[in-house]
Amino acid sequence: MLIKVKNPADVTENDVTDAQLFAQRRSFIRASGQIALGTALGTLFTPSIVDARGQPLKAKKNTRFNTSETLSSYQDVTSYNNFYEFGTAKEDPAINARHFKAQPWTVKVDGAVNKPGNYAFEDIINLNQLEERIYRFRCVEAWSMVVPWVGVSLASFINQFQPSSKAKYVEFTTLYDPKRMPGQNRAVLNWPYVEGLRMDEAMHPLSMMVVGLYGEVLPNQNGAPLRLMVPWKYGFKNIKSIVRIRFSEHQPKNTWQIAGPKEYGFYANVNPQVDHPRWSQKRERRLGEFLKRETLMFNGYADEVASLYQGMDLRKNF
Amino acid sequence: MRNIVYWKLLLFALSLLPAVALVWMALQNQLGANPVEKLIHETGEWGLRFLLLTLAITPLRKKFSWNVLLKFRRMLGLFAFFYAFTHFAIYLSLEHFFDWQEILKDIAKRPYVTVGFVGIVILTVLAITSFNGIRRRLGKRWVVLHRSVYVAASCAVFHYLWLVKADILEPVIYAVIWLVLLAVRRQAKPTQQQSTLQARSQQV
Repeated sequence: MLIKVKNPADVTENDVTDAQLFAQRRSFIRASGQIALGTALGTLFTPSIVDARGQPLKAKKNTRFNTSETLSSYQDVTSYNNFYEFGTAKEDPAINARHFKAQPWTVKVDGAVNKPGNYAFEDIINLNQLEERIYRFRCVEAWSMVVPWVGVSLASFINQFQPSSKAKYVEFTTLYDPKRMPGQNRAVLNWPYVEGLRMDEAMHPLSMMVVGLYGEVLPNQNGAPLRLMVPWKYGFKNIKSIVRIRFSEHQPKNTWQIAGPKEYGFYANVNPQVDHPRWSQKRERRLGEFLKRETLMFNGYADEVASLYQGMDLRKNF
Repeated sequence: MRNIVYWKLLLFALSLLPAVALVWMALQNQLGANPVEKLIHETGEWGLRFLLLTLAITPLRKKFSWNVLLKFRRMLGLFAFFYAFTHFAIYLSLEHFFDWQEILKDIAKRPYVTVGFVGIVILTVLAITSFNGIRRRLGKRWVVLHRSVYVAASCAVFHYLWLVKADILEPVIYAVIWLVLLAVRRQAKPTQQQSTLQARSQQV
């Protein structure tokens, strides 16, 4: 059952125009592209990475948590990221994920939940209920960006499966298919990639299940078709291409914690006071900026989320 | 080989190519979304490559009795220094904006930075003492001093190995090359003839 909670920052219909205009602009661009494609018929037309743009998505702007900071460019967001399933260099995902097919897509839901099962993507994501939120994104490697994500609140997404009272944690798993994800042919990490959240973190209004960015369907390299976005945590928590969601009583072991337990914890909250053992977390380089900027506690979302960790030693629970 | 000057010029131009390419890419905005990271990684890796290339000269010379190679060793070594120092300079400036307190803490606290710094110090000393005049003045001590290039190379190898997050393939490849060079070096105890050669080469 979906419970629609109306919050004061819910946007009115007036705010939608912008998104529609945006979509129209997109379809215009696409149409022009198709014409160009038609002209180039029979020739080897390989669109560059930049032009491999997705289908437009309709999304209401949810400005409740928006930052007024400048957006990182579409080019930067879609050509520089970590997605080891498609290679370990930052440019690898954009190149190696080009031919990945993210549809059809099934998600297995199991564990402490009243409605377990295998769900088709279309059955669990209502494309008419999408919203756009602009979040800061801070990688554990000390670079950051600002991205307009499109998706749904994770709480509403999770509620449709009715987790039981035993559900203390939620665990997410990425697709394991070395044929489609060539990076998995090498044991760089303990495949498949696993991430988890405490239930109250997952149900926090900031947490999102993302299906798009910049008003479009999520590009493959950014985790199509379904990825997590928990903006107060380091980037690696935001697991991509999710195929399984499991609810449990016990804290899951996330992949990076297994890879380096002294360096990556379960919580992975952005915290300028707790350094990574091998580098400082005090500052970050925002993509597109020359000087580094100070990293903010909980990535600038302290007012919203600090209460989740009251009384916890954040040095221990890094 | 009377036209050694031309060969040296050619090697100089080739060795400078990576630097030229990086500057050109920077000017063309072709360094990707994180240009500073790109620059720091590329210059560091080229420093390591030139360092290993420099170490390969002596074994190659001995193996093929190709003594002319020795004439290129210093230039290669200086290019190793050039790329490594550029790498260090970018670290000081664009990475830390000359925040000396932060830099000192970084060097003291983080093993991969510590070994990297030791490597830079060694390479700097070797570069300064690479001139003929100083070389002559130092005599036998020069040879001993310059053997520390092996320490610098091991620093560079560990610096790379310890900094990667999970994918150690590339640093391991460099480590293997370094180990092979080290093994070859140990194996080849200098014979009488080679010692004479070495002594003679010092006068060049």
